[in-house]
Amino acid sequence: MDDMKQTALFDLHAELGAKIVPFAGYAMPVQYPLGVMKEHQHTRAGAGVFDVSHMGQVILTGPSWDSVARAFETLVPMDVLGLQDGRQRYGFFTNDAGGIKDDLMFARRGDSLFVVVNAACKKADIADMKAALEPEITVTPLTDRALIAVQGPAAETAVAALDPRAAGMAFMDLRDLELNGVAVWASRSGYTGEDGYEISVPQDQADLLTRAVLAQDGVEAIGLGARDSLRLEAGLCLYGQDIDTETTPVEAALTWAIQKVRRAGGEREGGFPGADVIAAQMAEGAARKRVGLLPEGRAPMREGVEIFDKAQGGAVIGHVTSGGFGPTVGSPVAMGYVETGHADIGTPLWGEVRGKRLPLTVAKLPFVAANFKR
Amino acid sequence: MKFTEEHEWLREEGGEMVVGITIHAAEQLGDVVFVELPEEGTVVSKDDEVVVIESVKAASDILAPVDGEITEVNSTLTDNPSMVNDDPQGEAWFFKMKISDASQMDEFMDEAGYQKFIG
Repeated sequence: MDDMKQTALFDLHAELGAKIVPFAGYAMPVQYPLGVMKEHQHTRAGAGVFDVSHMGQVILTGPSWDSVARAFETLVPMDVLGLQDGRQRYGFFTNDAGGIKDDLMFARRGDSLFVVVNAACKKADIADMKAALEPEITVTPLTDRALIAVQGPAAETAVAALDPRAAGMAFMDLRDLELNGVAVWASRSGYTGEDGYEISVPQDQADLLTRAVLAQDGVEAIGLGARDSLRLEAGLCLYGQDIDTETTPVEAALTWAIQKVRRAGGEREGGFPGADVIAAQMAEGAARKRVGLLPEGRAPMREGVEIFDKAQGGAVIGHVTSGGFGPTVGSPVAMGYVETGHADIGTPLWGEVRGKRLPLTVAKLPFVAANFKR
Repeated sequence: MKFTEEHEWLREEGGEMVVGITIHAAEQLGDVVFVELPEEGTVVSKDDEVVVIESVKAASDILAPVDGEITEVNSTLTDNPSMVNDDPQGEAWFFKMKISDASQMDEFMDEAGYQKFIG
């Protein structure tokens, strides 16, 4: 663990009794003494604080908002130009085959674009952005900023206690706030299906701020273990597991994130890597689709479990990409890819666990209804 | 009570061995969400995989600590897997077995030895 990078909150994690594991090159808290199950339930009932400082934060600047937005649109199939100041969107970088290189959040901050990418991809993402966009656009990794998420129904009360303006933010708003005297950039978003905030804070003040949030009523520190079960119940993809360079946005059921203006017939259609592949799949459909999967028994079906169309014999028609126990659902939950002919909600299928075919059903995502502040 | 390096405990009861996992093992596993028990009457050899436990983190196998026959399983665990976290060295035993070769017990540790083993 000695060669692992540490976030600005490492000492706090240790003080709180976290179990530390390596994750994307960082020593990160997988759980605290509360344990994964209770941390998960606490986040759905109260509020949880997550250290997500391992993620990559990047600022893109240029001669004007127009130039920055148009440049970024050459890398992602999203409407960037139409983004209002202080608004955020979900997106992904695509490759020439229409696969997903990484998924991300991007927000407009005046004339610049604030981008948050996955820890495991950040080095490649930054190199790719620099190669594609510089010198007209300047790509600046914000290596001196930490990132914390405050999630759950009590998140608003906890954050608004430190700056009342937080309460007035809508889902996917980005605002400059002053939390306990610390100047931060906060977005009303997250990765749990709950209301909450993601807060970018200067590294040297991250510890102070996190302690101030933890001091609020009903707030607990939550580890990566519960983060994973929360996002799975919320039907959200984990990059490298549910989506990767081999999956297209159509297969991954993420076309909702491609705005009309970038689709075939739109005002700024195409113009991003793999646009032809993605447009063809959007018109004709893809051979497989990401779906929710609800195992009928108590046995969790985890990543890699093969899915069959029959209880005996038959063919492999898909596989699980994320699966485990859903503490809020109270039973195992999973998602994965199945052939399109088997992707309708309610289709009975079988997953093979330890050599046994166990029944499961194609289910609607999310498993737990989102609780966003619209 | 005797302890194995696989973090199981064995307790003699009416000529049979009751088998479970240690408090330390249960803590390491985290919240248990699924337990799959063997059939009663199964004849097993030492180190056979006899029980599957899934926690919120991962699946693990419990191995037969000695040769013998499974005589009874604690089927309440199937419906209530979290008992493994609540009382691993008491109510949450996994199975009872009739052992074939008592000398296989010789290598097991006592409580003090096990505490030393887990450091």
